[in-house]
Amino acid sequence: MIPADRYYTKDHEWVKLDGTAAIVGITDHAQQALGDVTFVELPAVGKRVGAGESVAVIESVKAASDVFSPLAGTVAAVNTALSTTPEKVNEAPYDEGWICRLKDCDLEGLKNLMNAEQYGRYLQES
Amino acid sequence: MPFVANTDADRAQMLKVIGVQNVDELFDDIPPEARIQSLNLPEGLSEAEVYDHLHRLSHRNAHNLICFLGGGFYDHFIPACVDELAGRAEFYTAYTPYQPEASQGSLQAIFEYQSAICRITEMEVANASLYDGGTALYEAAMMALRITGRRKILLDSGVNPIYRNMLYCYTTNLAVAFEEIDTRHGQSDRSQIAARLDDATAAVILQNPNFFGAVDDFTDIIAMAHERGCLAIVSVYPISLGLLKTPGSMGADIVTGEGQSLGLPLSFGGPYLGFMATRREYVRKMPGRLVGLTVDAQGRRGFVLTLQAREQHIRREKAVSNICSNEALCALRALIYLAWLGRQGFREVASICAQKAEYAKTRLSAVPGVTVLKTAPTFNEFTLELPCSAVDVVSRLIDKGFAPGFPLGRYYRGMDNYLLVAVTEKRTREEIGLFAEALAGVL
Repeated sequence: MIPADRYYTKDHEWVKLDGTAAIVGITDHAQQALGDVTFVELPAVGKRVGAGESVAVIESVKAASDVFSPLAGTVAAVNTALSTTPEKVNEAPYDEGWICRLKDCDLEGLKNLMNAEQYGRYLQES
Repeated sequence: MPFVANTDADRAQMLKVIGVQNVDELFDDIPPEARIQSLNLPEGLSEAEVYDHLHRLSHRNAHNLICFLGGGFYDHFIPACVDELAGRAEFYTAYTPYQPEASQGSLQAIFEYQSAICRITEMEVANASLYDGGTALYEAAMMALRITGRRKILLDSGVNPIYRNMLYCYTTNLAVAFEEIDTRHGQSDRSQIAARLDDATAAVILQNPNFFGAVDDFTDIIAMAHERGCLAIVSVYPISLGLLKTPGSMGADIVTGEGQSLGLPLSFGGPYLGFMATRREYVRKMPGRLVGLTVDAQGRRGFVLTLQAREQHIRREKAVSNICSNEALCALRALIYLAWLGRQGFREVASICAQKAEYAKTRLSAVPGVTVLKTAPTFNEFTLELPCSAVDVVSRLIDKGFAPGFPLGRYYRGMDNYLLVAVTEKRTREEIGLFAEALAGVL
């Protein structure tokens, strides 16, 4: 199931908004494609990041992949639990496996993102 | 390596198997006009002529000099077992294993080497080795930039000048600012380091013993660096760790060094051995291959290349370094050397070096006009002040059968009359005495 309360990128990240704050993570499809996640390199709090820029790196058994920020904003918090339990990204990508929180997001960027229905179709087409 | 014959019959059979008439056919895809017509090389020589030619060339070197030359590379004794074991065909492939887990013996040797480096430096994790002491120091500097996100590095001028030149060369096109801190009476200048450390400083790079031979305890400098959120990188001479306070116990964050003294012969340009160790918390920022110990599905012990997602074959341009290799054979020699000496032997070698160096100091400072720079304790290397140019003295002593040391004027302005002298466990009382007499004779 693709949660309907958030937006999606073509690179398989999600962003869930609360005003101009947002939570960022990767989708269930992304975690399946990566395989077992062994490490998440989290950004520094306070880092400014542009839409489509790398905000974190996820290492799985055989690959290291960038997580691209769906929106421009400033890193407000990171999911420190991932430093000891990176497998949360596999187990609960939409909940406990979140990557970071952003603040002061540029909501103009939403027009480049997909809703759950569009993302579902995108997955089927690709 | 076994001898493999390559007869006309062998070649004919190989050509038949792959289905071509002759060797030239293998190059048919290359248009004739694109093939090199001539390499402008002399006519080939017979095997005997090649040997003769190379022997002639090698005899233009000075042979059998009694060696008091150091400066980062030392004439230590190499036990026969190092050549014997490292020369075994199972090990005699210097390159990094690309199908690593199939080579459990190689991985075990590297794992034990890493463990040995951790033991002598008192650090938590070591990599599978780098090319040499200079590249290891460069990689440590890059690692500090990655960890801190800062761009400035304080570089003690007591760090080997060859390594400093390498740092400048390698970083020519990178956004990093080095600030050199001149030594004060041959020792790290605390007040200058304190004044130049700031919130933009990624690391301070130190060396123990420093290039003048001075032994230091960097605990205070490292604590100052840490207060500023800055890392401490210490380059060490591994043999000295048998006697001196370890960089780990001083609080260093990254430790590097040249491993030549651990069972590798002196040679112009190597191959040598760079070692690197760090704290566990920085392991993901460390370059180089890393062997880990684990168990397989049936609970049996096994060795693996671990944390490979740091490396360029997986992380591509975001890799921590373009180093994807190691000096496996040299690392193996270091491991055999350390294992053969053991804890007690390692201490004894260090202790003998230091004692003989003290004896040499006494003998050499008795030569009229010669003084030993006495600003700090030394290990096995010390600086002599001569009444004339050290370069001239070196050339006169080479004619008398000695490699007397390293003339410091080559890298340090105003030090033309200073000579860096190293003494290893191989130097005898007699040789030291002859050296003192010869020195007196050429002044």
